[in-house]
Amino acid sequence: MILFNLSRLFLAVALSLGAAAAWADYHVNIPVGPTETSRMIYGFHMYAIWVCVGIGVVVFGVMFYSIINHRKSKNPVPASFHENTKLEIIWTVIPVLILISLAIPATKALIKIEDTSGSDMTIKVTGYQWKWHYEYPEEGIKFFSSLDEESNRARQMNSGMDPEKVPNYLLNVDHPLVVPINKKIRFMITAADVLHAWWVPAFGWKKDAIPGYITAAWATIEKPGLYRGQCAELCGRDHGYMPIVVKAVTQEEYDAWVAQWKQSRGAAEAEGSWGMDQAMNMGKSAYNTHCASCHKADGSGIQGTFPALADSPVATGDVDQMLAVVLEGKGMMPAFGQDENISDESLAAVITYVRNAFGNESGDLVKPEAIAELR
Amino acid sequence: MATVADTHDAHHEHGPAKGWLRWITTTNHKDIGTLYLVFAMLMFLVGGAMALIIRVELYQPGLQWVDPHFFNQMTTLHALIMVFGAVMPAFAGFANWMIPPMIGAPDMALPRMNNWSFWLLPFAGALLSSTLFMDGGAVAAGWTLYPPLVLQMGNSLPFTIFSVHLLGMSSIMAAINIIVTIFNLRAPGITMMKMPMFCWAWLITAFLLILVMPVLAGAVTMLLTDKYFDTSFFNPAGGGDPVLFQHLFWFFGHPEVYIIILPAFGIVSQVIPTFSRKPLFGKNSMVYATAVIGFLSFIVWSHHQFTVGMPVPAELYFMYATMLIAVPTGVKVFNWLATMWKGALTFETPMLHALGFLVLFVLAGFTGIMMSQAPADLYYHDNYFIVAHFHYALVGGGVFGIFAGFFYWLPKWTGVKYDERLGKFHFWLSFLGFNILFMPQHFLGLAGMPRRIPDYAVQFTEFNQMSTVGAFIFGFTQLLLVYIAYKAIKGEGEKAGDEVWEGAKHHGLEWNLPSPMPYHHSFEKVNISKAIEWE
Repeated sequence: MILFNLSRLFLAVALSLGAAAAWADYHVNIPVGPTETSRMIYGFHMYAIWVCVGIGVVVFGVMFYSIINHRKSKNPVPASFHENTKLEIIWTVIPVLILISLAIPATKALIKIEDTSGSDMTIKVTGYQWKWHYEYPEEGIKFFSSLDEESNRARQMNSGMDPEKVPNYLLNVDHPLVVPINKKIRFMITAADVLHAWWVPAFGWKKDAIPGYITAAWATIEKPGLYRGQCAELCGRDHGYMPIVVKAVTQEEYDAWVAQWKQSRGAAEAEGSWGMDQAMNMGKSAYNTHCASCHKADGSGIQGTFPALADSPVATGDVDQMLAVVLEGKGMMPAFGQDENISDESLAAVITYVRNAFGNESGDLVKPEAIAELR
Repeated sequence: MATVADTHDAHHEHGPAKGWLRWITTTNHKDIGTLYLVFAMLMFLVGGAMALIIRVELYQPGLQWVDPHFFNQMTTLHALIMVFGAVMPAFAGFANWMIPPMIGAPDMALPRMNNWSFWLLPFAGALLSSTLFMDGGAVAAGWTLYPPLVLQMGNSLPFTIFSVHLLGMSSIMAAINIIVTIFNLRAPGITMMKMPMFCWAWLITAFLLILVMPVLAGAVTMLLTDKYFDTSFFNPAGGGDPVLFQHLFWFFGHPEVYIIILPAFGIVSQVIPTFSRKPLFGKNSMVYATAVIGFLSFIVWSHHQFTVGMPVPAELYFMYATMLIAVPTGVKVFNWLATMWKGALTFETPMLHALGFLVLFVLAGFTGIMMSQAPADLYYHDNYFIVAHFHYALVGGGVFGIFAGFFYWLPKWTGVKYDERLGKFHFWLSFLGFNILFMPQHFLGLAGMPRRIPDYAVQFTEFNQMSTVGAFIFGFTQLLLVYIAYKAIKGEGEKAGDEVWEGAKHHGLEWNLPSPMPYHHSFEKVNISKAIEWE
């Protein structure tokens, strides 16, 4: 892994030398996405670029003309002018006019982009360190979405895995956000701990997720597909590992997905019994979603910042003390008990898991009812 | 008719004090200028080493060298050290060395405070760097120190904040000194409008400093009380507001950008006329444009926050106000071009750096215009396009301005010509390295790479590799700068005349003094006729 990848380097050098043929494969510009907003933003971007290119040709043209023709060897006697009011007025007024030509369409577009009224459906997006939580208030659906297992393994320090071989490395999640096409979707965005920002480049915009605020944005996606993005606001250690995947599907497929989600959820609730195997399975997945980014997947923690759980006094000692830490938080650890998006089952499972994994062998099985009572 | 200091020195034979205590106790503006520049150079190398750690990790996808938490500490400290430790002290060094001779003053107006404002810096710098070795590491929340994230930091937070306070105090004192010097110690005949552009640029910068540093100090103090005294300025659970911090920070942070760039404008406005052998075009409008830029810098701060969910009218206002900055900035660029027009140009190292500044800063201006469009900024915000933009402004503008000033005045300080061949070599390597380093970052941003991530999706690999290669070229080239400075300080090189650059006497009073300038008061009484000759 540490060895330099020579073919990549060769390509990089070729690119830097302007080998035009190689450019086609690489994204060098804003994507034109499947939404009107994206097309508007792309339009502004290109308009501004061409304006700048125009000004650049004039400014650098004059500059290099002077450099070539007014050098001392060619023009030994310099002129002595140092003022020209008319000229100065001209080069003040022309930029103002150019700016007005940019400002008028930008104003119209901004007003449109910020208008979330008349939406067909709402999705609530909550940023967590370091995963996203999605909620469909009308459907009663809610779930966490975090970095998929394979990227997660590959991204560990010196994992020995080649990121090139991991499909959509760092841009894949366990549970994508599923939405229908051709519906005006209103996103209500907030955060549970620190600032995050929800950004799917194909939609054009990004919006900050701020604790205590709900920011709004919208998108009408015109083409089915998978649209990928990342958190864009520094949110701590795993800021780079907070991908977003939006799966846009037809209305029928969406309806089917909703029905299936409700059915599987109902089945899980009907099962009723709470056994060690189930708790350990569920606990492992919840641990990887909520805990592994700080305490590491193998429970070894990060020295000086996040304590190890393997053989730790909390994870192997008094169970009530551990329940208190997980539910009420401690230091940098959030109070998971106050997070209504995390179910009693998840919490019971994750505590059970930590107490019986990584070589911890307490044998304790924590029940969801115990969590409900403490909450 | 009076005298410049060569006759003055004849009846005061004493030079600098002997021994290292000279540097601790000095109140001499030239010594303090040197101290500032040496400190800035050290910090530039430290901050640069951090940037190289960042670039090494980003050479390829996957984590190879550093933990993400340490990576975040590097991005935070790199920025804080470069802004407060390298660029601002370097400009303060130029101000100390050059403002008194340029306005015909004997020294800075408040020499003892001058000593103090410098000596705060090494302590602040050491304190800031020491947080790296604390439990849990340095602050890892970006130089913007946004809460709530910054409140998750451990014991390094109060130390970082104390160090920011010290750095702010130092800047404010330096600013007060510059304002008082310029207002009170100008030689007769040097009216405000006859004052050189470098002094004007620093005067306006000094006012910006005095107005914004206390705001930063207040904001970070509120962080401190939020963390340790249970206040809730920024905690929504207690009725506070995380966005309030952003407004306070950027009310400081945006003018701060101009604090870094205006003195560079000033330097370039001295260098270009000298090597064009023409007076600065539109001197008066240059002064007004600089003042307007200074004013506008105060009323555009929220363009750093187009994505926080501000009301649309507020977004529109900040968009329009931001776009306006292009007008006075354009005036300055056009005036520099007009200064070169029909001149007799030569391309010694300072001029090369001034032209490098011009090219890179204009490119930064273009991306700035693009970002001022709020709808497009919803895309650019917090991605690598922004990283590229502000490095073109702050390194391409600020640091190349520093390089220009350094080579321009170095012979005046040391009395010898630096090695011109090495100087040009340093310029071309820096310019090339800089562009290989930061140009690809524009494309990374447009393709969708967020900033401040230690690891990235594989489609960003090639441009990151180019960028890292450029970083090493740019970084190691600066060791050449150290060597050039070392040689010049040792006195190796051709003896420099008073004027140093052909016809320079027409472009500033400092070129009427001997090289090196006399250690004590350069002027006893100023030669008024010489002072205004270059008008």
